[in-house]
Amino acid sequence: MRQTKKSEDKTKLSKTLLRLRVNGETKEVATEISKTLLEVLREDLGLIGTKHGCELGECGTCAVLVDGEPVLSCLMLGIEAENAEIATVEGMMQNGQPHPLQQSFAALGAAQCGYCIPGILLTAKALLDKNPHPSRQEIREALSGNLCRCTGYTKIIEAVELAAAGR
Amino acid sequence: MKKKTLSVIGKALPKVDAMAKCAGETVYADDLNLPRMIYAKLLRSPHPHARVLGINTARALQLEGVFAVITGADLPEKFGIMPSTQDEETLAIDKVRYVGDPVAAVAAVSEMLAEKALGYIDVEYEVLKPILSIEDALASNEESERIHTWNRHANIQKAVSLEFGDIEGGFARSDHIFEGTFFYQGNTHLPMEQYSAVAFYGPDDKLTLWSSTQTPHYVHRALAKVLGLTASRIRVIATPVGGGFGGKSDPFSHEIAVAKLSLITRRPVKITLTREESFYVHRGRHPVKMWAKTGVKNDGTIQAMQYKTFLDGGGYSSYGLATVYYTGALQTVTYNVPAYKFEGVRVFTNKPACGPKRGHGTPQPRFAMEIQLDEIAEKLGIDPIELRLKQLVPPNTVTVNGLRVSTTGLRECIEKVAERADWRKKFRKLPFGHGVGFAASSYISGAGLPIYWNDMPHSGVQIKLDRSGGVAVFCGSIDIGQGSDSILAYAVAEEFGIDPADIRIVTADTDLTPVDLGSYSSRVTVMTGNAAIQACGKLKPLLLEVASEALEIPGDDLEFADGQVRSVSLPQRGIVFAECVRKAEGKFGTLGATGSYWPPKNPRDFKGSGVGPTPAYSYSTSIVELHCDAETGDIKIDKVWIAHDCGRAFNPLLVQGQTEGSVYMALGEALMEEQIFRKNGLHKIPSILEYKSPTTLETPEIETILVETDDPEGPYGAKEAGQGPLLPVVPAVANAVYDAIGVRIHEIPISPDKILRALEGRLKPVSVPEFQFPAPLKWQPGEGVQVTQKS
Repeated sequence: MRQTKKSEDKTKLSKTLLRLRVNGETKEVATEISKTLLEVLREDLGLIGTKHGCELGECGTCAVLVDGEPVLSCLMLGIEAENAEIATVEGMMQNGQPHPLQQSFAALGAAQCGYCIPGILLTAKALLDKNPHPSRQEIREALSGNLCRCTGYTKIIEAVELAAAGR
Repeated sequence: MKKKTLSVIGKALPKVDAMAKCAGETVYADDLNLPRMIYAKLLRSPHPHARVLGINTARALQLEGVFAVITGADLPEKFGIMPSTQDEETLAIDKVRYVGDPVAAVAAVSEMLAEKALGYIDVEYEVLKPILSIEDALASNEESERIHTWNRHANIQKAVSLEFGDIEGGFARSDHIFEGTFFYQGNTHLPMEQYSAVAFYGPDDKLTLWSSTQTPHYVHRALAKVLGLTASRIRVIATPVGGGFGGKSDPFSHEIAVAKLSLITRRPVKITLTREESFYVHRGRHPVKMWAKTGVKNDGTIQAMQYKTFLDGGGYSSYGLATVYYTGALQTVTYNVPAYKFEGVRVFTNKPACGPKRGHGTPQPRFAMEIQLDEIAEKLGIDPIELRLKQLVPPNTVTVNGLRVSTTGLRECIEKVAERADWRKKFRKLPFGHGVGFAASSYISGAGLPIYWNDMPHSGVQIKLDRSGGVAVFCGSIDIGQGSDSILAYAVAEEFGIDPADIRIVTADTDLTPVDLGSYSSRVTVMTGNAAIQACGKLKPLLLEVASEALEIPGDDLEFADGQVRSVSLPQRGIVFAECVRKAEGKFGTLGATGSYWPPKNPRDFKGSGVGPTPAYSYSTSIVELHCDAETGDIKIDKVWIAHDCGRAFNPLLVQGQTEGSVYMALGEALMEEQIFRKNGLHKIPSILEYKSPTTLETPEIETILVETDDPEGPYGAKEAGQGPLLPVVPAVANAVYDAIGVRIHEIPISPDKILRALEGRLKPVSVPEFQFPAPLKWQPGEGVQVTQKS
């Protein structure tokens, strides 16, 4: 059956080589330039800790940090992230030690199904990096683009406060 | 052995999988990436109701990189969660029944190519008139309007009528009779994880399906039935579920389609639905129109209660048979109802099928009931909390409809929530625009009956001890975020006196784990907890015997504590748990045991009696404080107090988390969430942006009060916590709106436009269709026989 199919034009390769800085490591990856950063991270670099909830920029699940700022990785192309420092949830643990946010989220039960948690952790990290002792309202505002259907946000907000208190 | 105080149960421990989830290491279904894996997509119907006259897949198959295309003809066997209403097809055979109904599936080398190939499949439809409302479904008579043909009456899936006690006498004795109509809009689960599954039919002629499912056992059965494979050659592994809330409790087309595509291609096949598709799969909250009638004495005591419910079921049965009964089952377990009549009907419409969402069929009538009680209290000049307190169902009661209530913490829940919220200082005393509302509710801790009739246990647990001191616990239960893996670890750690972090938990794998029916009906803690304790109970005598010999201490002076088996009277004399296991393995051989759980026997015996019984009822109360802008109709929730009788908190952090999540989800339903459709049957808002749900900014402070009643049927006394706390919050919002601005709103979501129309006197009462229900089946508790047969 395969022989009857029209073979595709092989003269032009479909992939482009990108060089990305992810979690402090330099990665070279051959990928389609149409791919979003989310797809490059998950599909080409195997960094599956970054999740997708809508792929339309509506839920915050796929948030990563690009040069320290929370970015919805489903709305950014991989090629746009060249020359930037990208941080994903896999990079939060340093020297085998969990980040204080990871510790507080685990300790307080802020991760139920856990699916939105990578995006929330990174968004919260960006907040605390800039504002180490945010008010409850500042935490609410910083996380208002990250949907969570399990927790009612209560333990998430408490966990951010706990991590901030430990600083 | 002496009974010791609890050392693990009741402690605020982190979940066993907490750090994996926080490290991004948890592997969900879409994270799986197998060698040679290919990708599937489903072609979905653009019509709400149409005959499929023909499908031509030839052009799609010609595309380089397309490996298989299947249609309904490849999978003619029907399936469905309820054995008596199996009306679903993997891919439409003759007919499509909603916009989004799958008609063909493609497997290709990439997701993008699979998507492209869908455009090369030619489907010829004969478009039929869509049925899009309860009223149209009840009125439809033409053969061409019938959505299914297996059901007896046009588009009625199921109509039921039940009567308990002296209903006519009850209303006759009443000093006041209240009637009202209500509408609870449909809404969807919206888990952050979309549906996803991977199938691989291997060279050993065995099929493995990994899927984000709450019910791997039922998926296992559906795969065997539809694919015609021997069940023992099928393995279903439920991956950690990224949010379920009931939406991943059915066997689904996409799961069966990838299995079939793998069978054809002999390669691993993955499918992940888009967010838009997840709105079409749905199985969410049924839109329900309700008529409620309550007769009371001058002092407010209920004499009789009657409900009619009309459920918009969507295109397929799903759990609908159970749902329709659930809209009538639990009205009797909170307050004394001496006579009760319930009539319910579920209709088919050309919309995505509705199913179980947190609370399954009970939030809708609870909404009507708690608003009506608020109205009764208002009319009689009684505080709504006092009205309820004078007629609570006492513990160890059989209700008029034959439900056995064991423990109830409802009184304590009411008193505590009222005290914390400072109810007496606020109710009817806050300035215009500010209000408080109260409501109470009850829910099951696990369905008393399985989905398909069988006499086997509802939950099985297997425990293996080995000479390393390792304890492995195997159970079919699936962690959907509620913490069911942790519950197993806590129970076994408590029994053996060891650290839960030292226990290996293996769950939700039909090859490796004994059956547990699944994460639905709030059943998991009670059922797996009991099964785990029973399994431990078989191993403990062996360990005690060798410890007793080694320590020369009688077994009745030994306890499992602090990682040892030790003397109760001389705690310094003990033997390390691992050493004890080694000695036991030496004496008795390989160590393992199983535990099983069956719920108590159903106290009722009539048709439909399977819905409602449970090992134990949980109780919840809520007070909502809000303010409402009379100019814009905007509602801002200031605070929610919630008290929940959870029997015993296995882990208070987890119970609080379930309670807070329930409150949040209830506020979404009460204020903004709705699954709605255009007149042509298209989903109006199939995206997260348009389907409004509460963010951190709309979710208020939630104060949780846990009440413990130590239920004899629950493990360590525990009852459910995952669903019940949603129930009181929705009517409490409606009652608070009345307290704030003096208008009654009998439908949700209570959106700003409804507030404004109500303030202007333009909000029409909910209309309820005319319908002739069947003659009631009459049943008296205790007699054990039906009084009359259904006509």
